[in-house]
Amino acid sequence: MLHLLELLGSSALATTLASTDAALASAPAAGGGVIAAPMWASLIVALPLLGAVLSTLMAVMGVRTKLPALMTVGLLAASFVTTLALFLQLQGGPAAGLKLYDWISLSWGSGAGQTFTASFGFDFDHLTLLWMLFVTGLSAIIALYASEYMSHDVGPGYCRFFFAFNLFVFSMACLVMGDNLLLLFLGWEGVGLCSYLLIGYFYRKPAAVAAAKKAFIVNRIGDLGLLLGILSTFAVFGTIEYTKIFAIIESGVLPNGQKLAEHWANWVIPALLTCGAFGKSAQLFFYVWLPDAMEGPTPVSALIHAATMVTAGVFLIARMYPLFVSDPHLIVLSVVAWAGAITAIWAATIEMAIFDIKRVMGYSTISQLGFMFAGLGILSPVGASFHTFTHAFFKATLFLGVGAVMHGFGGQLDLRRLSGVAWMRGFGLVGIAMLIGSINLSGVPFTAGYFSKDIILADAFALPHGQIWGSTAVAWILLITAGMTAYYTFRTYFRVYAGPKEFVPGDDAELLELGRHPKGVSIEEWHKQHGHGHGHGHSHGHGHGHDHGHGHDHGHGADKTATQRVDFDPTTEEFDPHPPGAAMKIAIAVAMVLAIAAASLYFIGPKGGWVAGMIAQSSAALPESVATHAGGDHAHGTFFGFDPHKVMYYVSAIVGFIGILIAAVLHGPRGWQGLFVGSRTQAEKSRADAFVTLFGPITTAARNKWYVDEIYDWTIRTPLLVLGHILHFADKLGVDGLVNLAGQIPRGLGRAFQTGQRGVLNGYALSMAAGIAVLAMIALLAST
Amino acid sequence: MNLLSIAPTLAQGPMPTEMGGATLFHYLLVSAIMFGLGLIGFVTRRNLIIMFLCTELMFQAAGIALIAFSRFHLNHTGETFVIFVLTVAAAEAALALALVVLLFRRKETLDASSWQDLKG
Repeated sequence: MLHLLELLGSSALATTLASTDAALASAPAAGGGVIAAPMWASLIVALPLLGAVLSTLMAVMGVRTKLPALMTVGLLAASFVTTLALFLQLQGGPAAGLKLYDWISLSWGSGAGQTFTASFGFDFDHLTLLWMLFVTGLSAIIALYASEYMSHDVGPGYCRFFFAFNLFVFSMACLVMGDNLLLLFLGWEGVGLCSYLLIGYFYRKPAAVAAAKKAFIVNRIGDLGLLLGILSTFAVFGTIEYTKIFAIIESGVLPNGQKLAEHWANWVIPALLTCGAFGKSAQLFFYVWLPDAMEGPTPVSALIHAATMVTAGVFLIARMYPLFVSDPHLIVLSVVAWAGAITAIWAATIEMAIFDIKRVMGYSTISQLGFMFAGLGILSPVGASFHTFTHAFFKATLFLGVGAVMHGFGGQLDLRRLSGVAWMRGFGLVGIAMLIGSINLSGVPFTAGYFSKDIILADAFALPHGQIWGSTAVAWILLITAGMTAYYTFRTYFRVYAGPKEFVPGDDAELLELGRHPKGVSIEEWHKQHGHGHGHGHSHGHGHGHDHGHGHDHGHGADKTATQRVDFDPTTEEFDPHPPGAAMKIAIAVAMVLAIAAASLYFIGPKGGWVAGMIAQSSAALPESVATHAGGDHAHGTFFGFDPHKVMYYVSAIVGFIGILIAAVLHGPRGWQGLFVGSRTQAEKSRADAFVTLFGPITTAARNKWYVDEIYDWTIRTPLLVLGHILHFADKLGVDGLVNLAGQIPRGLGRAFQTGQRGVLNGYALSMAAGIAVLAMIALLAST
Repeated sequence: MNLLSIAPTLAQGPMPTEMGGATLFHYLLVSAIMFGLGLIGFVTRRNLIIMFLCTELMFQAAGIALIAFSRFHLNHTGETFVIFVLTVAAAEAALALALVVLLFRRKETLDASSWQDLKG
């Protein structure tokens, strides 16, 4: 298989130069309809695959340098450049197709629906290009970040990491660019596999292994829906190619002559596809795997579990949007809207209570994905896509910042044990990046996150009553969630990055191994020994060997040599946080700049910005029959009598500022860092502690994630386990019993005759003689 | 049925004068007695060599019966067979005695019951 794909990759490379000119020449000539994309476009897929193959080779050859990372960064950057070149070529034009070869071709008759074809080919429309731009771009940046972040594991583990990383980008590219649902499914399962491999990267850690299994198993449930959806699509439409499906939808008449508007397919297939999308994008009942997925290395959390893979569900619905809106009642979209809104507010409540900053980001991703789904549901594919795009950059920035903190403080993630990180030596850039990410996530005016969230909120309020069931309620839930988002984002920011410099290092296994970490020292003891309110990060006089086994210099003073290994003693020594190195800093800076720059996209192009223009030219554009609120006959939805599209800029800004203000009051430090309303003087104590007691058990429940995992355990896992045991016993008694009985019969017979075998030679002779005598007697008597 | 009453009728053809009056019955009687002695000896004795001799005794008893029947039926099949049996018995005796020697070397005894650990 790999060999075949490698061949494909090299043939694509070989034909690139030859075909470029021809493709360029032929592209404009094709005119309307689907034009042929240039052959070099397949490099977008081929380069990451080549990276995966080379990583494997490096693992086999025992490469113990950063070579796999450099190779990955180079290939992914080249893949991004290819995407960008393709985008510039196809921009504004019709969708382009590229068929590499026929993957599956089956025919069991000549009638309609009796031929199944799936090609390994791509469709480049503007939705695809939008997705591929941030997938390849971010993956290159995060690969650069990972080159340093994972450097403690240089060797086979490093190769394994970058193998899965490359394979992920390849799978994601297949998912997004494939021209049929089966190729999408291949990519879908491929990214699921890579997600599994990378969550369980630290396979010696039981929690990571359990999280990987959980992610994989929860996704299986959704994937069943997706697979059934694809099969139903073939059964109803007789094809799984997007262009043909969309042509049928546009005509409104199915191959069997029935009208699509009256056929069950217009809601059953979307419902099944939505099931798959919920699984991959962690919505509603399926979200439980995503917070646990934070067990994986942080670059993985940033790329796969925040920016790209989890948006595959959004992509699937956007891709199949014509089918979703073909239902006159829009049932499934109402479900999607409500699922998104409920997930958004549900995850937000948990984030407000938990202390693990990486989990905060994980739940925040679930919440933001809820926004995207709600956007799709309330007929705003533009809002959903724009939010996906901006979220990818600012959430990646936030995760990379959290990763830098984790990297620097021995895996410490508890926001009660970190404070003032932004003011520590070498963490300045991290502090700025976190601030940029936080204002985007909170929706501070003129940030990218602000504009994208606004489109969703405004479209939700603007929707006329009745088109989507309860769309106004959805809009209100989202607005409240926006306020909560601002609160929890700045809760983390004020506590971890602002305020007095103070920290307790985490219990990173590496540090424990080297004796650099006081295992079992409680936070109280630590403070007793060190006092608090001052930074622990400036202990250069000790000259202790601060070597974490990382094969590179973190910019420590020259007086620290790795050879002086002294056991860590908390009474005389202090932990020295190591700030991120050049690679991580560059990656964080680039992600940060892109997160800021994404805001400008709102001002490019027609109304709604660049993304709106992209979506308008893709199949995800709303058909005229549905887009009533954009100047149709129906009454335009309002926000207290105002036009939501105009007033929402102010409303969401005010809601965001209220959230930030509450965070500042409850968690902000003294002075301007807490915007003059905070009072926190040490890491673990804040005004919120007094406030929390008012809520009593509610906070505890939220902190324990509303006991959802426990509920699943009791309602699903335990009954299944009991059933499994019952079936096991039935099998043991019934089936095994019969088999064992057959074995017992000869054994029993043997035992019965065993007593005759006494080992006495004379006895045997006697019984032989007696036997012969008896036989002789019988013979004699019978003869007479 | 009285075996003794039919005994004279079992003679067939003239016998050498010195053995006049000896019929098949007498030969079979001797054979039976020898076989019985051999069997009883084999069952009751524990000494491996004695037990082996007893089997030889039973062997020869069977040989006598075969020759007697051969003479009675006036063909030489039985006698020929016995000559072969004697040859085989000679070889087998060497083998059996060799085994006895080996068994004796193992346990320094000729008692057959010392090999009871082979019981099932």
